Amino acid sequence: MHIFKLIFRNAFRHKLRTFLTVLGVTIAILAFGLLRTVISAWYAGVEASSATRLVARNAVSLVFPLPLSYKDKIRQIEGVKGVSYGTWFGGIYIDEKNFFANYAMEPKTYLAMYPEIIIPSEQMTAFLRDRKGAVAGRKLVERFGWKIGDIVTLKGTIFPGNWDFVIRGIYRGRDNTVDETAFFFQWDYLNEALKKAGRSWADHAGWYLIEIKDPHIAADVSLRIDKTFKNSLAETLTETEKAFQLSFISMTEAIIIAIKLVSFVIIFIIMAVVANTMAMTARERIGEYAIFKTLGFRGFHIGGLIFGESIIITMIGAVFGIMLTFPVAKIFAHELSAFFPIFNVETKTIYMDLAASFVVAFVAGIFPTWRAANIRIADGLRRIG
Amino acid sequence: MDNVSPIVEIRNLSKSYRRGSQTLPVLIDISLDIDKGEFLALMGPSGSGKTTLLNLIAGIDKADSGSIKVSGIEITSLSETELALWRASNVGFIFQFYNLIPVLTAYENVELPLLLSGLTKKERRSHVETALRVVNLTDRMDHRPGQLSGGQQQRVAIARAVVTDPTILVADEPTGDLDRKSAEEILDLMERLVHEMEKTIIMVTHDPRAAKKAHKVKHLDKGILNAYLQTDF
Repeated sequence: MHIFKLIFRNAFRHKLRTFLTVLGVTIAILAFGLLRTVISAWYAGVEASSATRLVARNAVSLVFPLPLSYKDKIRQIEGVKGVSYGTWFGGIYIDEKNFFANYAMEPKTYLAMYPEIIIPSEQMTAFLRDRKGAVAGRKLVERFGWKIGDIVTLKGTIFPGNWDFVIRGIYRGRDNTVDETAFFFQWDYLNEALKKAGRSWADHAGWYLIEIKDPHIAADVSLRIDKTFKNSLAETLTETEKAFQLSFISMTEAIIIAIKLVSFVIIFIIMAVVANTMAMTARERIGEYAIFKTLGFRGFHIGGLIFGESIIITMIGAVFGIMLTFPVAKIFAHELSAFFPIFNVETKTIYMDLAASFVVAFVAGIFPTWRAANIRIADGLRRIG
Repeated sequence: MDNVSPIVEIRNLSKSYRRGSQTLPVLIDISLDIDKGEFLALMGPSGSGKTTLLNLIAGIDKADSGSIKVSGIEITSLSETELALWRASNVGFIFQFYNLIPVLTAYENVELPLLLSGLTKKERRSHVETALRVVNLTDRMDHRPGQLSGGQQQRVAIARAVVTDPTILVADEPTGDLDRKSAEEILDLMERLVHEMEKTIIMVTHDPRAAKKAHKVKHLDKGILNAYLQTDF
């Protein structure tokens, strides 16, 4: 007989109790995994950002634009490889609940800086030829059932009116970290309409996207850009794409902290549940542990039995929880695609699940082990019969 | 028996328990010799200290004062770890309620003490089969305790007690939970262990029939070994 056989049999001695504890761990690990995935999804834009891309925006606020004339000046700054620009459109498709990111951009230069966005060449050509053309992400197209050639009307919020676009391309991401729910169209289309209407945003961009030659010079290039436009009517604030994305996330930091807190509370609760199971188990078997000690087994042997059982129960629950996380996350991703364009269970999350399970198993075993290892044999034997 | 040197030598042994602020003496100045191959019965009313004395001899409890030597080893000076190792190879235990591990088969229960011995799996199998043969239970080795009668469970417990070939066997009311026929079988088996295998058995019992099987009966009363009340068979 191997001692593992005994641990395994002990774990299933009270089948209902073990089943309920395993179920509790499964649900806890599932909930923990999903919450950690929500946090990852929150940071997906940050994670997907490139170290060689900078974003320059109006130093006062993103609400204020930058003159189009900055484009050439930025291009001449040392270390800059390419420059493009875009403007947040903020259009609504039929109803506000159908939110998705939509913006105008200079297509040739902008898309050249995003090799992770893949558009079939014939669709790209058609998009560039059509002033009213738009490109939508694969998931967005699936969500609304659009197809190439469809006319999509967005109701402008920043730029009033109904704006018609023709779907000329559907992009997909190079990998699953790329947001496939965005909608973009030609900046010229927006600009011409603004010019006609005599709006102040005409010949202005919401932000400049700057490609640099080397990620190590990002700070220097940012400083040079901002210095160039110092004391102008529209001073710039240039930062890496990552910092730019993080600036949005910092607005919702309290929510992220709350989610993180809840995820750890879940682990704490399941720790109490497993600890209770192990305490009940150890209390019931105190006589048996006394027999083991009588036969010459020592405290660490008893500890091995209790910790082993705690690990088996917790890890079974953890494995089921992890297995369930993937299909449930898929359902979440589908249902919440408007809020979380990228909702992938990361490898890091699985490691956290496993680490949390080990911590739960270990902590749950501490008190019962201490109690069983320290009980006097004569007292333990008295509990039998 | 007189020519055999004592395997257990107890001198001036005292033990008391604390209950709140009170100290209750359980054993008072006990001195006793037990010879090798002897079958000793300890009798006395409840609370007289029989089981406490047995536990002290078996090294599962600590004395307040006095000396216990088993095979020349002063066990009162051993640490907890040393005592555990000593028990594993020197003492076999037989309890009133058998105290088998319910999730293990008869074979596995008997094998349990050998897991600490460093023997190979093959060697352990040989020892376990021999022990089960002694108690005539080889045909039940794959049964779990719940599938065995009380008498059979106690025989498994005896096999577990002898499998390490210990110096002494301690038995606490071994027939207390058995019917008359099963009790008789167990006592016969214990007698055989003494006569055929020269085992030393120290048995606590209330049962005069069980005590009759012993070579010698010592009587305890209120923690004192009654020097005048000893039965030799």
